[in-house]
Amino acid sequence: MPDFEIAELERWDERIREKADAFGLDVYQQEFEICDHNDMIGYMAYSGMPSHYPHWSYGKSYEKLKTLYDYGVSGLPYEMVINSSPALAYLMRDNSLCLHILTIAHVYGHNDFFKNNYNFRQTRAEFTLGSFKAHAQRVRSYIEDPSIGYERVESILDAAHALSLEMRRNRAVRKLTQAEERERLFAAAQPRPDPFYKIHRPPEYHPPDLRRVPAAPEEDLLLFIAEHNPYLADWERDLLTIVHEESCYFLPQIETKIMNEGWASYWHREILNSLELPSELHLEFLVRHNQVVRPHPGGLNPYHLGLKVWDEIKRTHDEPTDEELRERGPRSGSGRDAMFDARSADRDASFLRRHLSESLMRELDLFQYEQRNEDYVVTKVADRESWRDVKETLLKSVGTGTIPVIKITDADYSGNRTLYLVHDHDGRDLLLEYAERTLQHLHRLWGREVALETFINAKKTLLTYSDQGFANKALK
Amino acid sequence: MPGAIFRPFRHSEAERSDRSAGDRLRHRQKVRESIRENIADIVAEESIIGKSRDKIIKVPIRGVREYRFVYGDNAPGVGQGEGETEPGQVVGKGQQEGQGADKAGDKPGQDFYETDVTLEELVEIMFEDLELPDLERRALRKIPAERMFKRKGYRQVGIRIRLDKRRTARERVRRILATKRGRGPAPPPEEGAPEPEKRRQPFHTEDLTYRHVVTDVRNESNAVVMCIMDTSGSMDTMKKYLARSYFFLLYQFISTKYRSVELVFIAHHTEAREVTEDEFFHKAESGGTFISSGYVKALEIIEERYHPSLWNVYVFHCSDGDNFDSDNPAALRTARQLADVANLFGYGEIKPLGSRYYESSMLNLFRRLDADNFQTVVIERKEDIWPSFRAFLSKDRAKVADAGAAAPA
Repeated sequence: MPDFEIAELERWDERIREKADAFGLDVYQQEFEICDHNDMIGYMAYSGMPSHYPHWSYGKSYEKLKTLYDYGVSGLPYEMVINSSPALAYLMRDNSLCLHILTIAHVYGHNDFFKNNYNFRQTRAEFTLGSFKAHAQRVRSYIEDPSIGYERVESILDAAHALSLEMRRNRAVRKLTQAEERERLFAAAQPRPDPFYKIHRPPEYHPPDLRRVPAAPEEDLLLFIAEHNPYLADWERDLLTIVHEESCYFLPQIETKIMNEGWASYWHREILNSLELPSELHLEFLVRHNQVVRPHPGGLNPYHLGLKVWDEIKRTHDEPTDEELRERGPRSGSGRDAMFDARSADRDASFLRRHLSESLMRELDLFQYEQRNEDYVVTKVADRESWRDVKETLLKSVGTGTIPVIKITDADYSGNRTLYLVHDHDGRDLLLEYAERTLQHLHRLWGREVALETFINAKKTLLTYSDQGFANKALK
Repeated sequence: MPGAIFRPFRHSEAERSDRSAGDRLRHRQKVRESIRENIADIVAEESIIGKSRDKIIKVPIRGVREYRFVYGDNAPGVGQGEGETEPGQVVGKGQQEGQGADKAGDKPGQDFYETDVTLEELVEIMFEDLELPDLERRALRKIPAERMFKRKGYRQVGIRIRLDKRRTARERVRRILATKRGRGPAPPPEEGAPEPEKRRQPFHTEDLTYRHVVTDVRNESNAVVMCIMDTSGSMDTMKKYLARSYFFLLYQFISTKYRSVELVFIAHHTEAREVTEDEFFHKAESGGTFISSGYVKALEIIEERYHPSLWNVYVFHCSDGDNFDSDNPAALRTARQLADVANLFGYGEIKPLGSRYYESSMLNLFRRLDADNFQTVVIERKEDIWPSFRAFLSKDRAKVADAGAAAPA
């Protein structure tokens, strides 16, 4: 891209920032890097990180993106922005001026979201790039260490990636230490003070099992293994920690996909509408904007859904219908204030639960589908009887709702260091083939038998993986 | 809010590294490993015998999936309709056909994908971990083949495509140095005089150097693969299917060794006919079996068209071993003749699982044929094809090894 165009982008950026300031967006310092489509695919494969440790799965992701792009199956995103301070975003140099303007405005929306949403508090944006780089250097140093080498590092990374998202969902809540958990357990087991103890039979005392590890069911699988498997080498422990830390970084983005994209789309629309673009730019903007936020029939476009809900929040505050006034009474504060509150305090599940109304669901024509034999069949639509069910299903399939909750309950099951895990079954079965291979990875890391309790076709089942391989038996 | 920083596009390749190269390479390696593990399935599933080497085959990749705990089929999803969606409406297909429906991304079916490889790549992968025997080739059997091109030195004239840029640049430097030396050292520049402008040193016509290429006439040997199959009533589709896989491997293997390989298909029941590939595999016939008829036909064809002094002959016969007893002596005699003229002669007995013990077998009879280049294999199911093919070649290898041990003395 010639330099005069950079100057032009800077001029537009100036104007966009003025508007963003006026609207009250609160952003990190922003950096834009101009790249071509190959760089873009590369950045996408490594989740936008300028520096990342090597693993074949990123090569696979690159090949897939490149093939889809080369054959015109899917285009590339116009931008990519990562949650760091300063926020780093990539612009594709082949894009038109209008697209650049739209993208810059969109990026400021994400930037504001990253800085202000509570889910991102734990990610320490100022250290993002540095910590990813440090991880990469450590992994490379293990690969280059002649006593370790590529293959052993890869095998640990393979296993760690399989479990990387099995972690505590709400990172904003402090995790109790084992000692604190034990205190809690002990306190809970003590009999309540009873004012009528003289006439009551003394309650039976059940001593708590304070020797059990973990004291309370543990969700951070990788961390637990790193701490409690004594046979892991230091470098193996470190790899598990690295993978866990990267998951902690990505978790908020998984949790807020719909909100975040809707928020950025809302603001690029508002900003560009207020910029008084020349008509040819404005027309192109309308076309591009509609491409981005159009509904995907049969699927769900997070940009579309998110934008619709944000618009709905503003409308119900600023211009509620008579019916809504009757039902909920007048809302306090302006629509914008309510939007900024939701942007700070919500995640996708709570956002949709609070703000996706029955009428909006009907307008969007949301439906629930299930697999019947070889077809996906619509089972429920958002009508008066079943819109709540459809909504519940939707809430379960956004954010981390798509990841089964699996907890370690005992690290010394039946006294032979078997790792016992329980799946919190919510009506959705695990896919057995995948569970088997994932347990194999877990077994690789734990070094002893692993057992997972779950329900398969409404029957309580224990899936185990030991040195003899996979086994699957029904439990009473 | 401070102004944003724009970093311009870096044009030079050196500044923009292709950082995913290593990870892509590793991924491709894993894909190849996965193909190799599934090779028996692929060979048995695909109708690829005799196909062009550029034919593209879809190979399902299992080894490179990234496993996690995911929900299975009974997890409902939510989608958006175009209005008026009614319960009971079908909105997509499941993943049975490897065709990921355009649905929620958490469905693992989308991770199951296929890769395209050409037949040539597939064959290369198949044979790369197989230490192949050097096939016996006699000097007599060589005929010239003029297909190869060979580099032969450099010339000042040539076509553009063969311009050797490196040598051309070197020629230019050499010429410049030579002219300088001829002129003697340059006078020192005068004080305060303006810097003399650098003289341009363009390329001259005589700098251009082209690679020279000549046609390479080499003695090449040709081969013919004779596929003989029992098409009597007792050969059902399953048996033919196993036979076809075996012929495929043999043909591909021979093709890696020779520049041109011809295929002959002979179908026989009580009589033998030369047929096309399509008829060979798809036409059902009925009747009894005279194995010798197939061998006699093969001998005739060899006599007519593929004289052993010019051709390397590979014969493979598939049957279910259900021969008429009266034909056995003739079969043994003709088999011995075939073994004499052929480089390698194989007999594959196809016994789908379970039928091995109560049906008659030719294996006992052929045990009496003790030619070095004769081999029998038993194929019971499709998983046997690849191991038995390896065993088939390894016997040959043992023979070569014996010969090798004897030769240096």
